[in-house]
Amino acid sequence: MFKLVKIALRNLLRYKRRTLLTSSLIAVGVTFVLVFVSSSSAFKNLMISQITDSMLGHIQVHKQGYMASIDSLPLTLNLTQKDMGKLEKAINSMSGIKAYSPRIKFAGMFSNFMETTNIRVNGVYPDKEEAVAPLLPGRVKQGEKVIKKGEMFIPELLAKGMEVKVGDTIVVIATNRDGSVNGKQFRVGAVIESVTGPGGRDGYMHIEDAMEMLRMDQMEVSEVAIRLDDFDKLHSVSAALDAALSDQLNKAGKPVFDVRTWEDLSPFYNVSRMIEVMTFFIRLMLIAIVLISVMNVMIMAVYERIREIGTMAAIGTKPGKILFLFLIEGFFLGLIGTLVGIVFTCAVTYVINAVEISFNFGRQTGLVLSPRLEPGQIFLISGIVILVSILAALQPAYKASRMEPINALRHV
Amino acid sequence: MSLISAQDLTKVYAFGEQRVEALRSVSFSVEPSSFVSFVGPSGSGKTTLLNLIGCLDKPTSGSLKVAGTDTSSLSRREAAEFRGKNLGFIFQDFNLMSVLTVYENVEYPLLVVQNVSAAERKERILTLLDTVGMLDQKDKYPDQISGGQKQRVAVARALVTNPSLVLADEPTANLDSKTAFKVIDTMHKMKDELGVTFIFSTHDRKIVGEVETIYTLTDGMITGKASGKGGSHV
Repeated sequence: MFKLVKIALRNLLRYKRRTLLTSSLIAVGVTFVLVFVSSSSAFKNLMISQITDSMLGHIQVHKQGYMASIDSLPLTLNLTQKDMGKLEKAINSMSGIKAYSPRIKFAGMFSNFMETTNIRVNGVYPDKEEAVAPLLPGRVKQGEKVIKKGEMFIPELLAKGMEVKVGDTIVVIATNRDGSVNGKQFRVGAVIESVTGPGGRDGYMHIEDAMEMLRMDQMEVSEVAIRLDDFDKLHSVSAALDAALSDQLNKAGKPVFDVRTWEDLSPFYNVSRMIEVMTFFIRLMLIAIVLISVMNVMIMAVYERIREIGTMAAIGTKPGKILFLFLIEGFFLGLIGTLVGIVFTCAVTYVINAVEISFNFGRQTGLVLSPRLEPGQIFLISGIVILVSILAALQPAYKASRMEPINALRHV
Repeated sequence: MSLISAQDLTKVYAFGEQRVEALRSVSFSVEPSSFVSFVGPSGSGKTTLLNLIGCLDKPTSGSLKVAGTDTSSLSRREAAEFRGKNLGFIFQDFNLMSVLTVYENVEYPLLVVQNVSAAERKERILTLLDTVGMLDQKDKYPDQISGGQKQRVAVARALVTNPSLVLADEPTANLDSKTAFKVIDTMHKMKDELGVTFIFSTHDRKIVGEVETIYTLTDGMITGKASGKGGSHV
């Protein structure tokens, strides 16, 4: 075995230029794919974290039917205190959930005493909201970082349009669920940056202020946003929560709760899927490059070494060992290309991180692309390249092993 | 018991509708530990006969037993195994592996074809290289040694597995006459020391003087058998 490996390596060294060119081609392919995958993955993860950590959360739970009417933010489809009790019991009994934040969402009128405009408001517990959306304090452009009772966080576009600044007094007017109108004065506590995605341009107030505005005797929650310990467990936790709540049925026999992941809630998920599709096709291109280049080299190697193959067979080398020898050569071509490619990728990734390529996403500016090499991706790409290299060598290797020694020895 | 027993061996090659009879009802036997040569001009059937004996090809008709085995019934894999255990080959073009050193070329059959312990392997290789006079060249690659030296390495490679029979097809064709005699002398010496049977083909009658049995092939038929220097035709 070791000897065959040694012979295979020496055969590769016999044609140094050819081995170098083929390995370089594979290395360039590996570099291109790994840099693309790490950059696109960094972009995707950055976007997902911007969306989920700024506002959305990883999972949201609503009352069944709420999502279909979400544009009107209906107060009649809120989760009751009884529903919340069941939901909190389910959440607390599960592992993998880091935090949750109940929200009362409503549409209202925003007035600076001279002008009036529409506003969407989230009534939240400040500490719980910050635990679910840790980027919220970072969105504060002016003012305090914590939502206090009697104060509001105002989206910057609204603040600019209405010429409102931190410390000003404003009025919010809203219609409660029985149709009566109520208004309440607030102090502008902070002006916050808008973010891309659902709820990205909403204002915030303390949940008890929201209850007071909407004249709720008991708390009724529009949605519960959930943050997970591990984002990679999104689907398993979501499915487990859905299963835990599935026995809660309304009078019509339908589920009370509607559990959705961020993927169901944000259109960016489609962009994320597109990135994955592009990555898939880039991987296919790499497979084609490796397949063609290794197969080409191995076909030439077999053709050039026909007499040698004949000699090996005549001496008594079994067909399986001849096959194995050429497969090892294919394996090493792939391995060398992969290793060099990984080194190139580390260098390119280092340069990209050092240069700090920045871009804008929606209203968010100055986001820095920080590609990071994931060991899983490296192993996956390396595995694909090496496997394809072996597969590409299979046909020439099989041909070599099936060669009749008498014909091979006669070859000129 | 004969090492080789051939009865009415015939080999016909078909090229489209054309049939070429390379061997025609050839019968002969070779005893163990002998030194035999098949002599004849190009196209007389020497290489075809050696290929049949070496299990590299199968006869069209007739029977051939080598070391007690009917080689015509062996599969590809069995034939490879049989060659590895019983036969050694020496080729006209030496056919050493260019990526392996002299030592490694001789070692190759022991590693790939037979499983021999490292210590025994080393002892056998060094002994043989010493016997063929190539011990001091053991770390060189084939392209760093002369044709005669290459053929002596090929002799060592053919003998390293302790075969009962070594087949050499025109082993001196690419050598000058002085070197050719040296190679034949080496083979003869090996035969005497190791008791191995050597069969080689040649078109050059001058180099077969020391051979015990000389078969003459003409147009695929054995037309003469002689012993030692000269001998009577049959």
